[in-house]
Amino acid sequence: MEKRLPFEEPLYELEEKIAALKRFMAEQNLDLGEEVERLEARLAHLKVETYRNLTPWQKVQIARHPNRPTTLEIAQGMLTDFLELHGDRLFADDPAIVGGIGLLDGIPVTLIGHQKGRDTKENLARNFGMPHPEGYRKALRLMEQAEKFGRPIITLLNTPGAYPGKTAEERGQSEAIARNLRVMSALSVPIVVVVVGEGASGGALGIGVGDRILMLEYAWYSVISPEGAAALLWKDAKEAERAAQTMKITAQDLLELGIIDAVIPEPLGGAHRDKPEAIRRIKAAVKAALLELMPLSPKTLVDDRYEKYRRIGRFASLFDETPSTGGA
Amino acid sequence: MNWREFFRKSTKAKRAPRPLPSPTQKTGDVPEGIIEKCPQCGALLYTRELEQHLYVCPKCGHHFPMSAPERFRLTFDGGRFFEYDADLVSDDPLEFPGYREKLEQAMQKTGLTEAVMTGEGTIKGHPVVMAAMDGRFIMGSMGSVVGEKIARAIENARIKRYPLIIFAASGGARMQEGMLSLMQMAKTSAAVERFHRTGGLFISVLTHPTTGGVSASFAMLGDYLFAEPGALIGFAGRRIIEQTIRQELPPDFQTAEFLLRHGQLDRVVPRKEMRDVLGKVLAVHAGRGRSGGKAASV
Repeated sequence: MEKRLPFEEPLYELEEKIAALKRFMAEQNLDLGEEVERLEARLAHLKVETYRNLTPWQKVQIARHPNRPTTLEIAQGMLTDFLELHGDRLFADDPAIVGGIGLLDGIPVTLIGHQKGRDTKENLARNFGMPHPEGYRKALRLMEQAEKFGRPIITLLNTPGAYPGKTAEERGQSEAIARNLRVMSALSVPIVVVVVGEGASGGALGIGVGDRILMLEYAWYSVISPEGAAALLWKDAKEAERAAQTMKITAQDLLELGIIDAVIPEPLGGAHRDKPEAIRRIKAAVKAALLELMPLSPKTLVDDRYEKYRRIGRFASLFDETPSTGGA
Repeated sequence: MNWREFFRKSTKAKRAPRPLPSPTQKTGDVPEGIIEKCPQCGALLYTRELEQHLYVCPKCGHHFPMSAPERFRLTFDGGRFFEYDADLVSDDPLEFPGYREKLEQAMQKTGLTEAVMTGEGTIKGHPVVMAAMDGRFIMGSMGSVVGEKIARAIENARIKRYPLIIFAASGGARMQEGMLSLMQMAKTSAAVERFHRTGGLFISVLTHPTTGGVSASFAMLGDYLFAEPGALIGFAGRRIIEQTIRQELPPDFQTAEFLLRHGQLDRVVPRKEMRDVLGKVLAVHAGRGRSGGKAASV
């Protein structure tokens, strides 16, 4: 059963009405083609109107849709010969982060991403896409392997956060994420990051440092989840809608803030409405980025990446009158 | 009022810092400024006495949080140092409700311009670049300015070939600057990586509390990881973890001692030994010919 988002109700109602009318036509052998066409035109119009004017909170709901393409679906859809690889060689294999190797139109790549489940059973097995330290360490192992063999790295972010649990703390969640940030900042191969669903804080960033940061149109990326922000700000998680607005977490907002490099448009209604098309678009955007980055020398890549992050920040000096951005 | 006016007006500042109330302390039951009550053993301590003991309870050894200026004064030789980038102040890039007021209050309360102080001086005769975070300033959270000052300090250490020491104390990334704050984790970690690649020595000292986006970035990336006794160190907050796993956590969960036991730290260093321990590490590294790193072999 497909999950229905509240703001999509009018669309579903109209779709059902059209379906009913078609059934009625078939049963009664009547020709109501004009009426159907009229309704279908209205539906098309309504869809465009609905999805063009989504609020940040509505986008968050789309980003969390259970049918949104997962990392493994995207990997299988955009790579040939994709082979999943397991384990951090230290403690365990974390099912919340997956990774492997494959070919993107003939280009050898390493692909890593958070893996959510598509139903409750799968989600329990995947810990809802919330990694433990071993997930970040598996990612690190695969990235260092990619560097050794000169393969570009693609990472896909989709997590409600790094797992907040006792064992995760015991095994050094902070250290695992910190080390990834440090190592990723200086890997000598191109890294293309795509935020495909939820990008929650350090848990997302832990595999999210790269040369190009792309973001699906309805994905979100934030220092804290809207619910978390609402609880802290207004002592009420129900204010999440307001927080989603305030925190500037949508692809469009983050493009303006200079945090991401490009927005990948989604099929009408969201990636879950047409997964193959969504994956085609992700693939095209990733490939374009890789083709830009692959000719660069390792030194240029690493220097440019350093500068990219070094520049991020907004502050003012008491000595001068205009607020400045970062930079040494 | 803009920042410059604010700063000029409000703080011909009381730079002389007061001892910090511990986060668990109920204020109000003791006269402020003269006597402090130890939140651990309940001892009533004269503020002056506490100051002489480096803000450590002489009865039970509880470490009170320390302000950044006090940390600078009590760690550098003779309390002398040169401060970097004290002019940098936060902007309000998201026009976040209440953020400017919060910044003004924090400035007024602490006499600081932001949640970290950076600068250089000597420890046991060794020149070092140092940063100390201040938990009183919006929980020591890391926004653009903290990230920038840390990154600049690391770059200064790299260029001057000085060892780097950072005293962390932070609740994490600063929510009010949104993704700009999160990206400071990547920025500071990248700066640490560059520093390491040139052989630089980085000693990270985790103090109460070091959590979230600061523990998950530069604070965990030292060549040596030290922590003060009893310091809370972790990624996620205790309450969130309890809600998630629905079971009680051990009382020492996420303390420095807990991390030491789980192999996450090199040492727990009591405050009164801190200068000696730092001095030892610096001396061992200076023994290689220079107070920095590998390029020493000629």
